[in-house]
Amino acid sequence: MNVIKNYKLFYAISLAVIAVGLIMFAVNGLNYGIDFTGGTMLQLEVGKFVSVEQAREIVSVYDENASIIHSGPEKAELIIRSSKDLSNKDTTEIVSQFVEVYGMDGSNFQTQKFGPFMGKEIRDRAIFSVIIASVLMLAYISFRFQFKFGVAAVIALVHDVLVTFAVYSVLRLPVNSSFIAAILTIVGYSINDTIVIFDRIREESKIYPKLGFGEVINNSINLSLRRTLFTTLTTLMAVTILYIVGVEDVKVLALPLIIGMLSGTYSSLFIATPILYSLKRLKTNG
Amino acid sequence: MRTRSISIVAAIIITVIFASYIGMNGLVLGDKTIRSAKDSIELGLDLAGGVYVVLEANTEATGDELAQMMEETKAIIGKRVDGLGVSEPNIAIEGENRIRVELAGVQAPDQAIDLIGKTALLEFKTPAGDTVITGKNVINSQVLFQPNEYGVNEPVVSLELNEEGRQSFFEATSVLAAKTETLDKIIYIVLDGEIISNPMVLEPIIDGKPVITGMYTLDEANDLSNLIRAGALPVEMVELQTSVIGPTLGLEAFEKSILAGGIVIAVIFAFMLLVYRVPGFVASLALTIYVLLVVGAMILIGAKLTLPGIAGLVLSIGMAVDANILIFERIREEILVGKTVRVSIDAGFKRALRSILDSNITTLIAGAVLYFYGTGPIKGFGVTLTIGIVASMITAVFFTKYVLRLMAVITGGKNLKLYGV
Repeated sequence: MNVIKNYKLFYAISLAVIAVGLIMFAVNGLNYGIDFTGGTMLQLEVGKFVSVEQAREIVSVYDENASIIHSGPEKAELIIRSSKDLSNKDTTEIVSQFVEVYGMDGSNFQTQKFGPFMGKEIRDRAIFSVIIASVLMLAYISFRFQFKFGVAAVIALVHDVLVTFAVYSVLRLPVNSSFIAAILTIVGYSINDTIVIFDRIREESKIYPKLGFGEVINNSINLSLRRTLFTTLTTLMAVTILYIVGVEDVKVLALPLIIGMLSGTYSSLFIATPILYSLKRLKTNG
Repeated sequence: MRTRSISIVAAIIITVIFASYIGMNGLVLGDKTIRSAKDSIELGLDLAGGVYVVLEANTEATGDELAQMMEETKAIIGKRVDGLGVSEPNIAIEGENRIRVELAGVQAPDQAIDLIGKTALLEFKTPAGDTVITGKNVINSQVLFQPNEYGVNEPVVSLELNEEGRQSFFEATSVLAAKTETLDKIIYIVLDGEIISNPMVLEPIIDGKPVITGMYTLDEANDLSNLIRAGALPVEMVELQTSVIGPTLGLEAFEKSILAGGIVIAVIFAFMLLVYRVPGFVASLALTIYVLLVVGAMILIGAKLTLPGIAGLVLSIGMAVDANILIFERIREEILVGKTVRVSIDAGFKRALRSILDSNITTLIAGAVLYFYGTGPIKGFGVTLTIGIVASMITAVFFTKYVLRLMAVITGGKNLKLYGV
């Protein structure tokens, strides 16, 4: 596999994905969860199928425009989202009406309410966290390797965050605080593959000092290909099983992790290394 | 040498199986019982069911003044929660001006939330609008039954005032009792600006024990008494975020997450055994110990397991074998260039260690950032991720190295297929 030779293709693919994501973001914005926009969410395990119309008969008294969707394997679960700040009394009433009318188990529900100003704060905090984590990692990798390695690794990392963001923006998946946690985990984990390859590059260039840097990089990638794929595979299996078996709250955490990890492996192989190569060449030319 | 290695490995395997059995099923030894991990671990609200509220202080105050206000508020909310009879409530100041209250297993969540957030400024006012006494003058309050005007017993809140309160109350009631017009004789009992009772003063009250009537139910009287006893909040608290989780829903999430964890472990065992054979078996042992360590550590430090926490744990199981894969791939490389199995094992560990350290430290950085900047359950995710990384370094590196060397002695290192080559 010759990564250095085809780097333009890899850059193009990544830039295209990110660009589409950013354009969709500019046009449509993101599909924010209620913990970002403020509002009320009820998750009711009704125990049997209740149609949206039937559910709306109860809910519309409190909010006509509430979104009602089904969830769970037998569609026996209802997720009701309202942009209104329903009072605790209202939500309790809604739950008890489902208990009365549809024989729901009165302990099998969850309600969540968020004030309207939480969203901005969560977002700012998240962006701040990603920046802090990136700076710390840049410092660490620069210390252990060289500054250029650090820059390449952090670019790959930002790439993974942007790709995940792009997928969420294009597919209109809900962005909530679990998404933020997932992004930060991606920031921590996706860099691992990159470091394993960089470590190999560091080692190979010591063993073969006469070889061109491009060749060293290609050799290192090919030598660490099996372990890069296998390490990703085990973690990816874990997250995918979580996504399939887990409940709704776990799914929303697992999905961005799956996307981020795929992107992380891709960027370790096809983005981080060519960038490192370009950075190194800059030095030789100048 | 070989016999010794076999017995050590056998002892390890038996211990691991035994410990896993206790972890999964618990153990009864005579009159002593060890509960299974599932029953021993403390569950967060999202798994156990309950209520949490995040309240924000509506104030311009900053710095020390704000900090003191928040401490007072926290103490008062603590007293109110005590009145609800919730076991192990969790009340914490978040950031500078927020308080998170977590209550497990509350019966009437909406009532509890209202009670927690009420400012509860109690005032006794004259018809002219002068404040006679406030909640600060109250030493004690309790619910009593007393017959109303129709002779039916109704719940009332009986107050006991401090000396200052008794004095002012006596003076005010003396003035009011002397008035002739009915409307002038009324004392208004006001809670958060709302008149909750307006009795007529017939004679001066000298004993400092006023009674508040007008409650419809015993619950209402209990709540009011509880609020007065706990005192008024020094600042208005605005409800920022509320979550109510029914106990059954939490239980289901817990069961499903455990199932997911089990499947993940099984699949990773299978993968490691298929690809790496003998080392894969050792890695599976190490992974089992890893899970036992992490769960054990969480039980010991009393960390609460949350849903994102379990997700973090399961994720860390997938990451824990990463170190082993890096080592085994190195060993494989060394064997392929013709070194003996034993030499390859040592070289593999030595060479892989540097990249394992570097990559894990970067993940630790992210874990720490999650912990410091995350709130609520996200913090829990950061904790399990961090514990997981540290524990996995220990088991994946040290334990695996020790046992793999023993295995090399046992297998003689001749059959390379056993090493996935």
